[in-house]
Amino acid sequence: MSQFSWPDPATRPLLGKSISRVDGPAKSSGHAKYTYDYNPQGLLAGKILRCPYAHARITSIDTSAAEKMPGVKAVQIIQRPGTEIFWAGDEIVGVAAVDERTVDDALRAIKVEYEVLPHFVSDAEPPKTVAADTGPISVDDFKDMEENQVPDEEVIARIQKSGISFKPEEKDYQSMKGMGVDQAVIAALRKAKFVPAEAKAKSPYKKTAVQTQGTPDQAFASAAAVSEGVYGAPCIVHCCLETHGSASEWPGEKEMVVHISTQNVSGIAAQMAEPLGVPAGNINVLQQNIGGGFGSKFSADRWDINTANLSKAAGGKPVKNMLDRKAEFEVAGMRPSAYARVKIAADKDGKIVAWDSHSWGTGGVGGGGTPPLPYIFEIPNQRKQNTAISTNQGSARAWRAPNHPQAAVITMGAIEDLAAKMKMDPMELILSNLDIAGPRKDTYKEEFAIADELMGWKKNWHQRRDQTAGNIKRGMGLSMHTWGGRGHNSDCDLTIHPDGSVEIKMGTQDLGTGARTIIIIVAADTLGIPMENVNLLYGNNRYPQSGGSGGSTTSGGVTSSTRRAAVEARDELFAKVAPALKAQPEELEAVEGRVRVKGDASRSLSWKEACAKVGAVPLAVGGKNPDKARPPDLTNSGVGGVQMADVSVDIETGIVRVNKMVAVQDCGLVVNVKTAESQVYGALVMGISYALYEEKILDPVTGRMLNPNLEFYRLAGLSDIGELKVHMMTGKGYDERGVIGLAEPPVVSPGASISNAVANAIGVRVPFLPLTPQNVLNALEAAGGWRA
Amino acid sequence: MKDDDARKSEATSGVSRRDFMKISAVTAAVPLVLGPNVVEAAGEEVAVHGPGKVPVTLNVNGKKLSAQLEPRVTLLDALREQLDLTGAKRVCDRGACGACTVLLDGKPVYGCSVLAIDAQGAKITTIEALTQGDMLTPVMQAFVEHDAQQCGFCTPGFVVATTHFLQQHPKPSADDIRHGLNGNYCRCGTYNGIRAVALAQAGGEQS
Repeated sequence: MSQFSWPDPATRPLLGKSISRVDGPAKSSGHAKYTYDYNPQGLLAGKILRCPYAHARITSIDTSAAEKMPGVKAVQIIQRPGTEIFWAGDEIVGVAAVDERTVDDALRAIKVEYEVLPHFVSDAEPPKTVAADTGPISVDDFKDMEENQVPDEEVIARIQKSGISFKPEEKDYQSMKGMGVDQAVIAALRKAKFVPAEAKAKSPYKKTAVQTQGTPDQAFASAAAVSEGVYGAPCIVHCCLETHGSASEWPGEKEMVVHISTQNVSGIAAQMAEPLGVPAGNINVLQQNIGGGFGSKFSADRWDINTANLSKAAGGKPVKNMLDRKAEFEVAGMRPSAYARVKIAADKDGKIVAWDSHSWGTGGVGGGGTPPLPYIFEIPNQRKQNTAISTNQGSARAWRAPNHPQAAVITMGAIEDLAAKMKMDPMELILSNLDIAGPRKDTYKEEFAIADELMGWKKNWHQRRDQTAGNIKRGMGLSMHTWGGRGHNSDCDLTIHPDGSVEIKMGTQDLGTGARTIIIIVAADTLGIPMENVNLLYGNNRYPQSGGSGGSTTSGGVTSSTRRAAVEARDELFAKVAPALKAQPEELEAVEGRVRVKGDASRSLSWKEACAKVGAVPLAVGGKNPDKARPPDLTNSGVGGVQMADVSVDIETGIVRVNKMVAVQDCGLVVNVKTAESQVYGALVMGISYALYEEKILDPVTGRMLNPNLEFYRLAGLSDIGELKVHMMTGKGYDERGVIGLAEPPVVSPGASISNAVANAIGVRVPFLPLTPQNVLNALEAAGGWRA
Repeated sequence: MKDDDARKSEATSGVSRRDFMKISAVTAAVPLVLGPNVVEAAGEEVAVHGPGKVPVTLNVNGKKLSAQLEPRVTLLDALREQLDLTGAKRVCDRGACGACTVLLDGKPVYGCSVLAIDAQGAKITTIEALTQGDMLTPVMQAFVEHDAQQCGFCTPGFVVATTHFLQQHPKPSADDIRHGLNGNYCRCGTYNGIRAVALAQAGGEQS
């Protein structure tokens, strides 16, 4: 029986080392091709006329002038007169023409009339008079919970408690399954009680019932210290540098090829099949490189369906439509806002005993996600209530670690304020509460010790409010985070050719995380050959299916299927080679490009000679994950990380600078140290960006986004990041857990740790991100100014 | 404008001979329309190009290339659409992010913010011309070494900007780097690696 488990640390030539990504040369030389670069013969440009109003009804559409323009090849109405539009930028008419200039002219020639309806775009704190909604879950509520990755147990509990006001059919269940809705959730829906929705007055607010645990009132009354505050983070966007979009063409009446910028190569065909009326098997999905996804690129969007339809209408010629920057900002996904009014209490020994929160936020028309509050800490006495606000803006999409960064800003901010009230070092307060910090509590303890060392926390930490003279005040803050990340379903085919070359086929994608590099590392490590001998074919839905890259599940999934295939292929090769070496197959090993008898270098064959024994037909093996028949489980779930920030705040200008950040992160067995560290560095940078600058600003008057561009939607630049230190937890206690993905966890804590550092520097909580000069100065002024 | 039989779908590292011949042939076949109209505006004679296509000759990566372009076509779009030089990317499309950085007479410019007709007469260098065959430049090699790229979409712009920056500042200080490489955005957050590239090329240590 083959041993599929990860190899012993002493016998890992490549696994766990620091290796440059295989796609590096193509990227740094400008040769890597993206969907956006697809530029075939006769390519037509596609573009979409979008609604300028945040809420309106289409009354008429006249495309006649556009259709007559020279160079226009196809015009398709996407939403017909009579349709109600719920956000600015929604799709109305698509046009394909010979080039982008002609498309732009054609869009200007289209006349659309609207009945403008009242809109609502504010996610400010809801009025106290809003009553709790205890009615059944509507189809929109359900979609909203799934899109916001509300934990499955919570979704199931709500379905069981309130019933549902919609009646899913068998095909709906199938499509949910295809979109990755958990089996247990689908089972709960099947068993759910149908409760007709009550007619009620239209309100943008949807308030949950109060959830209580323990005896919060008594706990607050008898607590030694109680701290109250308001915390939160606004809506931000993914801002993928390669916008969403695709290029479609029809080589035959019922045969389509789509190049698409996606995190979900294997899942796209199923989504396009029904709207296009072609079998999924006839749709070929292709993608070599993707210019950023961050959770926003799992679907074939309405514009992608439109592109395919335009291509069909244009005789099957290729049509490419990549969103322009403005549309990308307005309609291609955002992270929901979340704010909360929090009360938190500790006893005299610094044990956190009670939590009370009312949270609110928006994720677009559907409402918003519920941040998991309190974050990480299982505080014994709690009272919680959340209000989701429906706003007229493009819907939320999963944004790295959905709901966690917001929950961290709220919870870690409240804990920092509580510590300040008790004149305690927040690290001490957290360390004395690790018993309620969930399954990774020991990890956090080890990580805090390392972070302390890297940051000089104990040495440099001061009580809240820097007493140094001058305008520049310095402070430190910290935060911690967790995430699941068990490997997704992944299939692959691995072939050893008689000439010694090895080929892997997998319908996965590499978002720049280093996925293709770790697949090749695992195969080459297992087979004892150089990485150059392994050719990875990916980015094509005709290869064995592999899951979408979301929720930090890719690394676990793709390395597991690759390992299983490689071990089995190697052992089959041993069986063919053994007679030539006069040995039993289980006596053989594959190392340093040779197949040899363990401990006897004289009895060996080069890899190439060994592969020649395969015979005329290549040796092909399938790998998959999960695979109960080929244990053990090679992946795991649940990681912990801690971060610390050191900032300077100018109390005259309100400008915040990050001096230094430290991230200590666990992700089980690290396959490639270099790309793993890059993920964490990248998360710190993205975190500094959303902590200090990013906000999707909606104009209450027009309902439109005021900053849908890169001048006014500011990203952090190279000069904004300060010194960054990353430490990956490896070795005993981590390696044996198996491979766990890393995209989500490190992006959770930067906002919270930087916000806490600012509070430590200036002695005042700036309630909401981003920590712009305006927000900092307002917070100082609300506290009566610096000298007060 | 797009000549079907001469276009290619495959990735190429530059302008192929076929592209070049195709573009030249198009020019030769065009009747004599052209040259700007001259109108008087505010008391001065002003040349008006377009609105239709006009002949444009660009000196790209050491080759003279002619094409018929509307005057509103940006240098970036001309490079990408007409010449299949797709290393430079369109990201913000208004001079904020640097993903479309190319060299104009040796100086970095945002290709989205220069009109193709205005780039005539200048020496245009794109990322594709920096490599010699398959050989990466030392700067590109350092981007690989320091993993200064993730999704890679901003990388060509950063490589062009960094290459020029290091020519101007062979021994940059940390402060030089902060100022000199602040004109490009990355969303994956590769700045730590890029900073390391610049320092390593300067023979310095990462600060």
